[in-house]
Amino acid sequence: MTVTEEAADREAAGRARFEALLAADEKVEPRDWMPDDYRKTMIRQIAQHAHSEVIGQQPEGNWITRAPTLKRKAILMAKVQDEAGHGLYLYSAAETLGVSRDELQELLHSGRQKYSSIFNYPTLSWADIGAIGWLVDGAAITNQVMLTRTSYGPYARAMIRICKEESFHQRQGYEIMLRLVEGTEEQRAMAQDALDRWWWPSLAMFGPPDADSTHTEQSVAWKIKRETNDELRQRFVDMTVPQATYLGLTIPDPDLAWNEERGHYDFGEIDWDDFWRVIKGDGPCNRERIANKVRAWEDGAWVREAARAHAERKRRRAKAGTRSI
Amino acid sequence: MSYDVPPIEGEVERGPEGTTGGYRLWEVFVRASRGLNHVHAGSLHAPDAETAARNARDVYTRRGEGVSIWVVPSSAIHASDPDAAEAWFDSDKPYRHPTFYEIPDEVGHM
Repeated sequence: MTVTEEAADREAAGRARFEALLAADEKVEPRDWMPDDYRKTMIRQIAQHAHSEVIGQQPEGNWITRAPTLKRKAILMAKVQDEAGHGLYLYSAAETLGVSRDELQELLHSGRQKYSSIFNYPTLSWADIGAIGWLVDGAAITNQVMLTRTSYGPYARAMIRICKEESFHQRQGYEIMLRLVEGTEEQRAMAQDALDRWWWPSLAMFGPPDADSTHTEQSVAWKIKRETNDELRQRFVDMTVPQATYLGLTIPDPDLAWNEERGHYDFGEIDWDDFWRVIKGDGPCNRERIANKVRAWEDGAWVREAARAHAERKRRRAKAGTRSI
Repeated sequence: MSYDVPPIEGEVERGPEGTTGGYRLWEVFVRASRGLNHVHAGSLHAPDAETAARNARDVYTRRGEGVSIWVVPSSAIHASDPDAAEAWFDSDKPYRHPTFYEIPDEVGHM
């Protein structure tokens, strides 16, 4: 057998095992053979997800110094720290596919990899922190609960950990909204204004409609996604409408109505032009988010360099048999 | 454990001048409470073991998930060959399990 024949044989066996794993609903693990496109899709999706967690710290971090009470400040810091942690879990998962974190970071900084468009909208009032927890994290949870069953093992494990923590995020956000609607007329108006601005971008978070989504079909076949964008969006709407009703707030959609026949809420058309505009870089905060990220990275260079030098010196001293300081 | 990271740029001791690389990859094991095993929790990058352990605390134990942490350089882990999994981990020896043996009910719990 020639070398090429042997390689072809190995690939055929690998492909058969990969297909069998998917058929049996088992997880694909880092050292398993996988199609190149599966690997690429997985890297792209996990990296985008990781970037979103990291960039997602900014709109909320914006309010840490202005949180209304010490309790809310502590909660918000814990939440923002969680987002950083979620980014790290996900970068680790991406790295098992053979990319380096530096490479992914460079792709984010240069705009060649994207993050969720939702983080390109500004947080204008304290109520936005409530709306983000309630709606943005609510939408993220809907998506991520599905992803706990994704076919790539390291990604699924990261999702399980993240979902456990996201529940706190959504509940603290809803509680902020509750306190506001119980407050003054001005506070109620602030809550309504936040819902008005965050509702549509939250629905858009699930991605383009199934009919226009180029990735969905293959992703479902590979069991990366277990449900389509439209199915997840519908679930989110059905869950969220009663929560808005309880708050006494109005969802900014004149077409929103319960459809007895479908057993679901009907809702209006999402502004997809806005969605694409923001994804392509022209949202209210795109440039600011990336500029902040790059600046944080560059400003931290001396810390990384010092840590490296310290580790290097310790290693040298250990080798020389002298005591390290 | 079947967790193995292919060689990546970040694993080198020092990255090329002016780049960000140079941190090693560490595997993190967390003991949830005394009396339990340390269990693999994930991985992270750090320049040395002390920093790895400290970062592991922040990344993997923000909610009282553990009382002890181990960090191990990922490069120190040798994993079994996934292609050999069938041969290595056969499950056709039912006589190794207690349920293989039929004990009359009258004998009682055994």
